[in-house]
Parts: sequence; structure tokens; C-alpha cells
Amino acid sequence: MNTWKRFKDSYFFYSFKRDPLAIVSSAVFFFLVAVAFLAPVVAPHDPYDTATIDILDAEIPPSWMEGGEEEFWLGTDIQGRDLFSTMLYGLRTSVIIGLGAVIFQAVVGIFVGLISGYLGGKIDSFLMRVADIQFSIPYLIVAIIASAVFQLAFGVGRFEELAMPLLILIIGMSEWPKYARTVRASVLGERKKEYVEAARVIGLNRRLIMFRHILPNTMTPVLVISTIQVAQAVMSEAALSFLGLGMPITKPSLGSLINAGFEYVFSGSWWITFFPGLLLVTFTLVIILFGDWMRDVLNPKLYKG
Amino acid sequence: MFAFIVRRVIQSIIVMLVISFIGFSVQHNIGDPVRDMVGIRVSVAEREALRDKLGLNDPFLTQYFRFVRNALHGDLGTSYFHSKPALDVILSKAPATLELVFGSSVIILVFTFPVGIYSALRPRSWFSRFVMGASTVGVAVPVFLTAIALIYVFGVELNWLPAYGRGETVNVYGWESGLLTMDGIRHLILPSISLSSIMLPLYIRLIRSEMMEVLETDYIKYAWAKGLHRKRIWLVHAFKNTLLPVVTVFGVEIGILFAFTLLTETVFQWQGMGFMFLEAVERSDTALLVAYLVVVGAMFVVINTLVDIVYGFINPMVRVTGVK
Repeated sequence: MNTWKRFKDSYFFYSFKRDPLAIVSSAVFFFLVAVAFLAPVVAPHDPYDTATIDILDAEIPPSWMEGGEEEFWLGTDIQGRDLFSTMLYGLRTSVIIGLGAVIFQAVVGIFVGLISGYLGGKIDSFLMRVADIQFSIPYLIVAIIASAVFQLAFGVGRFEELAMPLLILIIGMSEWPKYARTVRASVLGERKKEYVEAARVIGLNRRLIMFRHILPNTMTPVLVISTIQVAQAVMSEAALSFLGLGMPITKPSLGSLINAGFEYVFSGSWWITFFPGLLLVTFTLVIILFGDWMRDVLNPKLYKG
Repeated sequence: MFAFIVRRVIQSIIVMLVISFIGFSVQHNIGDPVRDMVGIRVSVAEREALRDKLGLNDPFLTQYFRFVRNALHGDLGTSYFHSKPALDVILSKAPATLELVFGSSVIILVFTFPVGIYSALRPRSWFSRFVMGASTVGVAVPVFLTAIALIYVFGVELNWLPAYGRGETVNVYGWESGLLTMDGIRHLILPSISLSSIMLPLYIRLIRSEMMEVLETDYIKYAWAKGLHRKRIWLVHAFKNTLLPVVTVFGVEIGILFAFTLLTETVFQWQGMGFMFLEAVERSDTALLVAYLVVVGAMFVVINTLVDIVYGFINPMVRVTGVK
């Protein structure tokens, strides 16, 4: 209860209450995540259940349009799946991959940054060189080439089975240097402070000082970049799936739905691409807005325009 | 300075070795040059003989060194599908990609400066507010959705501009250029706009915030106090000093632009390097994929090394850091 009270009285919560944009964007974010994870309950159809899918239902327009059916609110996709349900399942896939990839890259990046910043010396210059080099190649190129290699190595069938964990790994590996740099920078700031010296004087070992004393104090910048990283990861996943290097159409994410629909846009079936696209933009937009707000509150010094 | 350049060059050589090692391991583990050469209708014994002749049964490292030696001579293997040297295939596709990047850079430079400067000078006008709002939304829109929307509106509904391919090209000393014909330029417009859409919001924001920062500085106040004309203050005194950080970032971001050509080329079926790469993946053309990896890796390593060295000349601090 004490923590809750501290949170309620904090400046963080105070400025949250006073910023309608932050409230709306976080509300939309949590609503979408909740709906995505409750997809099996909320969705009117199960897109994974092949028995209920009828190819004759393919390309039915949304229910308010001519030729639309009550049963399929937003119409159906090219395989005859209810678009609304498929989108919810797709959002769930995108959210899992986005969050998974960010957790993965945060763990790797924080570990590297902490070791590099606290130990310094040769290990530091080596690790930071590696991070610099990877940073100099755009993350999307790294991710695309990595997934292409994995797809060839495993074969398309096996890749599709393993797509979700592989995408988490690929997107995570292509973005860890950002965390490593951020954490290292704040570790360098913390290392010289008195509480660290005090901990060293009373004879605590290095591991304890690093993980119990310094790490909690580097969490603010980590939190700030994490929101933007989630948006970034969701968009990377969509890009990979759009290129056909990500989630297969049988287990669609928002990106693969857009990919599947895009050839049908020009023959008039715009909804197969439009609604997943809209959902993807809304989802990333609320994360970005929330992240911007959080950056301004937690880190006023960084604030620019 | 000399030591700095040497250190940077040695470092980039090491990076190239690592990239080629990754490339080679990929080829070693998934590629099958024998199948690429003779197909699958040749007996096992004949294949074994061919493997021996090609040196595919040599130890891993021996083969790796051979791979590096060939790569240094410009031989990155033979594409299975095109039955041409992989490097030639990539180079023949490079002009399309470079022209696409060039087209979007022009759009970015032409649009962002006036808009960014205006919204810094008049931050409260409705236009600036609209631009800032639109650029927030713009960051969240993936490039392929912009591309599909553009094709749908301008290519299909209005039928103003062609939506697929490069159109008519002219061969100038081996460079297949689409910039010299009206048709080629018309084909370039939509892909360039969609590619530039990823950078426009970021750039307008960057120019705006840099400009606003400069306008607060003392020397601008001094210029006002001297009674200079406001156009002179804005364009000569303030704008010139926002230029340096903006140009620096642009140098780095051109790499990101290159990465996003993969998505743009897919949507517009633009016959560039990215389109070729994705085709190579579909056709399991390992040699071409590995060659692409090495070429793109080399490209980024060379660009980054050059940028670092130029920085070293401009800013002596860069030279000192890293020296213990």
C-alpha cells in the first residue's frame, strides 16, 4: 500500500493527471493490449480454427456496405476469415513480439551497458566498439538480412513454425546497442557518486554493487527509451512480415495481414489492408505519444521542441 | 591525425573480415554450389568428384581464406538464378536504388527547410501547429502504408502517375538511368515521396528545434540590437548555424533511407537492389544473398569510416576519445 501511496503522491502521477493527451493515449494503449490478449474471448470467430473458415466467404465487404453481411463486421479477408477477429489475433501477435523483443534487447543491453560502464578498461572499449559498429548499420537492414538467413537455414515451413520466437530474437538482437549505450552513460554518471563509494567501503562485492545499487538508479532513462522501443519493435515486425520474412499468413500479425491484402486493394477490396493498417498506426501512435510525454516528465533536460 | 586514420582503417578492415566471415558461414551452411551448378539430376559420385574439384571438402578455414581472396578480386560467387557473377547482378541493380535514394533526398531537402524554418519562426501559427501534429502522426505511419495509399490515390483512382516499375531508362556509360526521360521521372515520383515520408517528420522537427535554439542565442539578440533587417537575421545569421547539425544528421540518415528502400521497392516493384535481394531469398539464391550481405556491409563500413575521418578533421575531440 505504501508504494501505491508514494506513486499517487509523486510528480509523475501528478503530471499524468493534468495531461489529457497522456491519459487518452495510455487508456487507448491499455485498452488495445487488453483486447488483444482477450482475443480468444472477445473475437466473434476463431481465425486459427480452419473448420469454421469457408473460402466462399472470401472478400466480403464490411457489414455497412453493399454486399456486406451482419456476421462479419469489418468484412472478411482473402481466405474467408472474419477480418475483425483476425485483426485482434494479429494485434496480439504484434504485441507479444513487440514486448518480447524489447524485453530481450533490454536484458542484453542493460547487462552489456552495466558491465561496460562499471568495469571500464579493455572490456568497455571492446563492447562499445561492437555496439558502435552494429549501430552504424541500420537496424532494419540487420533484421531483414538476419530473417532472410534464418528463413533459408530453416526452410520456409520450419521458419513459419518458429516465426514468433525467431522474430523476438532477430528484432531484439538488432536493437540492443541503444540500451547498452544509454545504460553505460548513466552508469558512468552514477559510478563516482558517494553511495557507490560507501557500498565499496563496507566491502560489498562488485556484482552486488552493480546490480543492487547502480542498476536501480539507471532505470529512468531505460524506461524512457523503452516505450519508443516498443513502438519501434512493433513497426519492425510489421515491416518484416510485410516483406514476407516474418509471421506467415496462417498465423498473421498486422504486418502480414497488410501484406496479404495489399494486392487486393487495387481490385477494390481496400478493407483487408485499410483496417489492419489503421489499427497498426493507432497502436504505434499512442505508444509514441505516451513515450513523448514520459520523456518530458522524467527527463526535462532532454526536452527539445 | 595520421594515427587516427590508421586506427579507423584497421578497425574497418576487421569489421569487413567479420562480415565476410558471417557471409561465408551462411554460404557454407545453407548454400550448395554443386546444386547451383549442375542441378539435381547428377549422380552422387559425380557430385562428390565435383565437390573435391571445387575444394568444398577442404577444412572450413581454408575455404574461408579462399572466399576472402576471391572477394578481394571482385569475385563474390555466381548467382544460381541469373547464372551471372553475383557482383555483376548487384551492380546492375544499384543505379535504380541510388536514384530512388537521390529522388527522396531531393524531396526531403526541398520540403523540410522552408517548413521547418517557418514553424520555428511562427511556432503559434495554425500552419506550424498542423505541421507538428502531422509529423507526430507521420512517425507512426509505416512506409509501406504510405506507399499503398499513394498508389491507390494517384496511381489507381486518379490515374495521374504510374505505380509500378521504373519506366523508360537510358543507358549512360553502363548506368541505367531513369532520370533522363520524362517517363522515368514520372515513375520515380511516387516511390520517392513514399521513401521520403519516413524522414520528413523527423527532419522538420529537427530543423525547427535547432532553429528555435539558435534564435535564443546571444549573437542573434545582438544582431537584433544592431538593427539588422529581420530577413538577414533569419536567413544569414540563424539559418546558417542550424545547417551544420542538420547536414551532419543527414549524412547518417541516408543509411536509414537506404534500409527503407527494401520496403519501397517491394511495393512499387522497383527493380533495385532491395527487390533483387528479396527475390534472391524467395529463390534460395544463397550466393546472391551472401554477395548482397558483403556489398551492403562494405558500403556501410566505407561510409562510416569516411564520415568518421571527416569528423576527425572538423572536430579534434573525436580524434582524442578512444586513445587511452
